[in-house]
Amino acid sequence: MASTQPAPDGTVPVATELLIRFRRLLGDDGVLAAEDELIVYECDGYVVEKKAPDVVLFPTTTEQVSEIVRTCNEFDVPFVPRGAGTSLAGGCLPVGGGVMISLTRMKSILEVNLQDRYAVVQPGLVNLHLTRHLAGTGFHYAPDPSSQGACTIGGNVATNSGGPHTLKYGVTVNHVLGLEVVMPDGQVVEFGGVAEGLAGYDLVGLFVGSEGTFGICTQVTVRLTRDPDAYRTLLGIFETVGDATQAISQIIAAGIVPAALEMMDQGIIEAVEAAYGFGFPLDAAAVVLIEVDGLEVAVDDEAERIIRLCQEQGAREVRRAETEQQRALLWKCRKQAFGAIGRLSPSYCTQDGVVPRTKLPEILEFITDAGERHGVRIVNVFHAGDGNIHPILLFDERDEEQIARVFRASDEILGKCIDLGGSVTGEHGIGVEKLEFMERLFTEDDLDVMASVRMAFNPRGSCSPGKMLPTAGACGMEHIERSHPGKQAAS
Amino acid sequence: MSGTTPETSATPGGFVSSVGQGIDYGRFLDCVHCGLCTSACPTYLQTGNENDSPRGRIYLMRGVVDGRVGLTPAVRRHLDLCLDCRSCETACPSGVQYGRLIEPFRVDMQKAEKPGWFQRLVLYGLFPFPRRLRFALAPARLMQRLGLDRVSEWAGLPRLLPGPLGRMYRLLPRLGPQRPALPQLLPATGERRARVGLFTGCVGEAMFSETNHATARVLQANGCEVVVPRTQGCCGAIHYHSGSDAPAVAMATKNAEAFPDDLDAIIVNVAGCGSMLKDYRHMGEETSGVGQDAVEVLGEFSDRVKDISEFLAELGLRPPTGKVPWRATYHDACHLVHAQGVRQAPRELLEQVPGLELFPLPESDICCGAAGSYNLTEPEMADDLVSRKVAHIESTGADVVVTGNAGCSLQLQAALRKRSRPIRVVHPVEVLDLSYRGVAGSSPFDE
Repeated sequence: MASTQPAPDGTVPVATELLIRFRRLLGDDGVLAAEDELIVYECDGYVVEKKAPDVVLFPTTTEQVSEIVRTCNEFDVPFVPRGAGTSLAGGCLPVGGGVMISLTRMKSILEVNLQDRYAVVQPGLVNLHLTRHLAGTGFHYAPDPSSQGACTIGGNVATNSGGPHTLKYGVTVNHVLGLEVVMPDGQVVEFGGVAEGLAGYDLVGLFVGSEGTFGICTQVTVRLTRDPDAYRTLLGIFETVGDATQAISQIIAAGIVPAALEMMDQGIIEAVEAAYGFGFPLDAAAVVLIEVDGLEVAVDDEAERIIRLCQEQGAREVRRAETEQQRALLWKCRKQAFGAIGRLSPSYCTQDGVVPRTKLPEILEFITDAGERHGVRIVNVFHAGDGNIHPILLFDERDEEQIARVFRASDEILGKCIDLGGSVTGEHGIGVEKLEFMERLFTEDDLDVMASVRMAFNPRGSCSPGKMLPTAGACGMEHIERSHPGKQAAS
Repeated sequence: MSGTTPETSATPGGFVSSVGQGIDYGRFLDCVHCGLCTSACPTYLQTGNENDSPRGRIYLMRGVVDGRVGLTPAVRRHLDLCLDCRSCETACPSGVQYGRLIEPFRVDMQKAEKPGWFQRLVLYGLFPFPRRLRFALAPARLMQRLGLDRVSEWAGLPRLLPGPLGRMYRLLPRLGPQRPALPQLLPATGERRARVGLFTGCVGEAMFSETNHATARVLQANGCEVVVPRTQGCCGAIHYHSGSDAPAVAMATKNAEAFPDDLDAIIVNVAGCGSMLKDYRHMGEETSGVGQDAVEVLGEFSDRVKDISEFLAELGLRPPTGKVPWRATYHDACHLVHAQGVRQAPRELLEQVPGLELFPLPESDICCGAAGSYNLTEPEMADDLVSRKVAHIESTGADVVVTGNAGCSLQLQAALRKRSRPIRVVHPVEVLDLSYRGVAGSSPFDE
């Protein structure tokens, strides 16, 4: 585990005066500055690297966020926003210390407009709470990351989150209409709006996925999606992983856009079956969870076509979820699959690569190979529809030699994703975890352009330093030791 | 995973504390820090501070055990504020046994402290003893019947009571007439389907004796022979959760010995007691000085304990026929849904009651703030949580809240009394009882 030595040089001390200013602004209840209350903020869902902030603030209004940012600038202190802290890539890590702005008290739903199909929410709102609030209206918020029960809309905006149903409905950027942003200099600006197709630069598109490096969003206008009339949920069972991925390609090639298309291999089936007892066949090499939705008259037809395509690819069996409970259990198995890994291994590390869908068989073969070469057990569960893989490398964190092998295997797998024309993150973000891959993903010129854009938003580099770009922000990275992968869950 | 120790023996932060050292370290390592528990935690929902979240509390406890942080007033505060509602266990995909971290940790914390007057006199001296409690409640019951309680409230007398006592007074429900104790054996109606024991509890028996009678009648109506041993007593939860583990084990042993061996199940109708009874084996294992044989006795008892809803759903209900034409909503007691995993059973039972309309309650499984004696010791957070709960209840338009726990019932009744629109709080088994007897009024207030 990371050490708790006093921060070495480079960390910005938070002056007493700064604290007095923050307490005056937010009250004692809105400021955490004692060491014993800061350690829980030293990491998020990514526990490999740790650094506690010097102070955590809990603003409740946009004006307060703006005032905090201005004060930080005045004192030349870096700041970083944090929502629920479920990032799997260290997105909330306060690189170099400084001020952490927790948005968890800004979680109201400010407006719901069903006629114009949008809702205005604060960034600390939990993703699932919005959809729950909409229950019975016939609408929902479409992006559904597996951590949706805990992660916040603000964090979804920062990482441009996906989820199983984004195959058909798109990722977060497709569902954000407008943003209110506190810029890194404290200015409050509005991007986009409630109407579609506004003039000017698409700053919403630019901001979504910027991982906190362009400013802090304080209000989000999201698109609401009509609930499907009907859906059918199927489970295809395959003798080989190759057959399963072939079937997936065939389904997409046939022009069907399932709402979700998720694959689990034998290793993960074993864990999930032990945890939830769905009745998965333990001898199958892979199962594919397929959901189609739409009009009642169309879904049966689509389901039939999918069953046929699966059978043509050698599916042993295709099951249907007959009841709502069966469907819910099936989804629970998929969404909470990571948690079940504890049954296979004391520690694990989840990767988040992307390849073109047609390269799935190739990357899966490579993963099996890499696992064998490095003597690391790897199981797979992923969003097959959009080629977003999540190989899970199992290990024991007490065995350093094994950890080194896990690192090597991970690097090779992600490197292969890049070689195949893909990327090293589908939805978790770059954060601090994937920084070193940026130079492999992009040319120097590409990175220069990105750095210029960042300069335009965040010229001092004080807003979320050390994230996203290898050169971003001056302070900090060197004293964060890369120790060993910790345990991670969920995606 | 079990039996592992921290990598370094020297404490990195230099803090030395014996608190929590007895906890199996592997239980801390089970937490992968994903954060999926956070929004399931009522206190985190209120404060937004991760120190008040399950993940944060595990981090703090582990920090204390590792010597990274001291057991400072701030750290204690965050751990004290935990409701022990176990909502996080339901949310956790990794199967972290949070209760088995916070409970022994708090036992250790409180052992270091002397209990205050309130704990000694009321929590330890009064609550566990149904007869003393009944006696203590007699004046209140009389005052309520004579309408004097309203006079005294009008005169502001309850405000003169010291802190927690004043709160207890305000939590007092409308006390029904004290029923005579149930006979020790009640025959099954019709064909005998099971022979069960009925756990009657301490607070439950003193304040909710009507619920115990209803439970016995519903069991009988479903073909169960009901045994009600006189030698049973308090489940021990109040003691165990406030750090007195040895007396709690003594109470547990007394209960285990009170119930005959030939029972198919031991039925409990209070979720809080139920989760304690089901946890006897673990409590025995965790308490020093309890031998393996004694643990076995406790364990065999635990294995037979069933919540009334859980038991009836498994047995299969004889169809209730009397109409209960009420608009109702169901509140999940934490100690039923999270600690015992009983979520569907009570809903399934209620759905079989003719005439009863069941409206879904938003955040039905978020704690109402009662949490054992939490509402007496942490009044502010308890008030915040019950306000949140009442707002959700009112949003459903229901006239009745159904819930399977005495603590929730007291908490909700006290909060709902202050509202303009009357809403009644009942136990699921009372709804079934009314239906079997065919005596429900056309409105829940018609009785």
